[in-house]
Amino acid sequence: MNSAGASALSQGCAGCEVCGLVVRLPVPAGAASCPRCGERLHGRRPASIERTWALTIAALLLYIPANLLPVMTTNTPLGAVSDTIMQGVVELWSPTSWPLAIVVFVASVTIPLGKLIALAYLLLTVQRGSVRSNEQRVRLYRLLKFIGRWSMLDVFVDTFVVALIQLQPLMWVEPGAGVIYFAAVVVVTMVAVNSFDPRLIWDLPQQEKQAHG
Amino acid sequence: MAGEGVPAAATAATASAAGGTLLACPDCDLLQRLPPLPLHHAACCARCRAPLCRHKPDSLERTLALALAAAILLLIANLVPMLGLSVAGREAFTTVLGGVIAMWREGSQVVAMLVLFAAVIAPALEIGCLLLVVLAVRRPPAPHWVATLLHGYEFVREWSMIEIMLLGVLVALIKIAELATVIPGLALFVLGSLVFLLAAMAAAFDPRVAWQRIEWAAGGAAGGAEAMR
Repeated sequence: MNSAGASALSQGCAGCEVCGLVVRLPVPAGAASCPRCGERLHGRRPASIERTWALTIAALLLYIPANLLPVMTTNTPLGAVSDTIMQGVVELWSPTSWPLAIVVFVASVTIPLGKLIALAYLLLTVQRGSVRSNEQRVRLYRLLKFIGRWSMLDVFVDTFVVALIQLQPLMWVEPGAGVIYFAAVVVVTMVAVNSFDPRLIWDLPQQEKQAHG
Repeated sequence: MAGEGVPAAATAATASAAGGTLLACPDCDLLQRLPPLPLHHAACCARCRAPLCRHKPDSLERTLALALAAAILLLIANLVPMLGLSVAGREAFTTVLGGVIAMWREGSQVVAMLVLFAAVIAPALEIGCLLLVVLAVRRPPAPHWVATLLHGYEFVREWSMIEIMLLGVLVALIKIAELATVIPGLALFVLGSLVFLLAAMAAAFDPRVAWQRIEWAAGGAAGGAEAMR
């Protein structure tokens, strides 16, 4: 599978992650920086697997309060009603606005959860030194990088509902504690995807051992 | 393409079209030589199909024009009202910043900062960085701080979320519409056009052209020789 060409690392080189210049890494391995842009050079991102695991688990823990705690509270003279993310989706479901309900559901529930499962899958296959379906796995990684930002949708929805419905004492909306956890899930998963090094997918098990840190 | 002022090493390592540019795929690390690309053609990695680069015509000039337009639209979008509602004879309007301030006051300062960053600061930095880069590289070699700006641009692009905010505003609008009459403001339409302008700006910009014109960190031939294979 891997025989088509040589990776930069196997040739003792690294492509700069910032400007793309291919640079020869020092022997023995040590700190090096890109002569063009000055960025630190790494054959592979340092401690990529450990960092991505830590961030993925952190995001999974944050995901629980994000879904259980209310994201907004609607106050009226009759009392207060609190909505979690799922309740917000259910409320949006109506004969006219159901497409938006689906969009919000996909952005706030499917994407964060799918991202965590996909990251765990990528990490496990890389750790096992799998060489199967490399192309599909790197495509999955690119998809994660592309769609991850869209989870932020619900944070914006809550912000502008809160900003507009400030009609004291008639009706006003307050943000709930869940928004902070949800925003944290989005940010942490985005950082997790960025800390994963997709080049690890293509490394053969024996190459991985001598990889430059 | 490369100007007279570019250090020889830089031109030799990155711009020599004859042998093709040596590059390592950012997604799979495959070393490959990039042949000179015909106009409007794109190259992708031979192994993992990652998009590597595209030959964009007049990259710097087009980016400059689009970035200037985007800067003006972003300014307008943040100054005029975005959404209003009227209920029981009362009217309320909000701008993008108004949303941030309401969130701050109602107790979610962290979320307010995040919205401020993703909806206002990051897009402003995205446009500002690119504008400065494009202007600075017009006369190569551009000083090395341009490299820092270009690096910042790549980072901030991911956190600039105007299009997501716009969709969020639409969902908020539908949610509120059952409680009150919603009045769409001018900023909503300006933001709508800004989404397309930002996409066009990012598509027009070719970072390789800019990198070729920026002064090297290590400076001169020593760095260049090290980089050559």
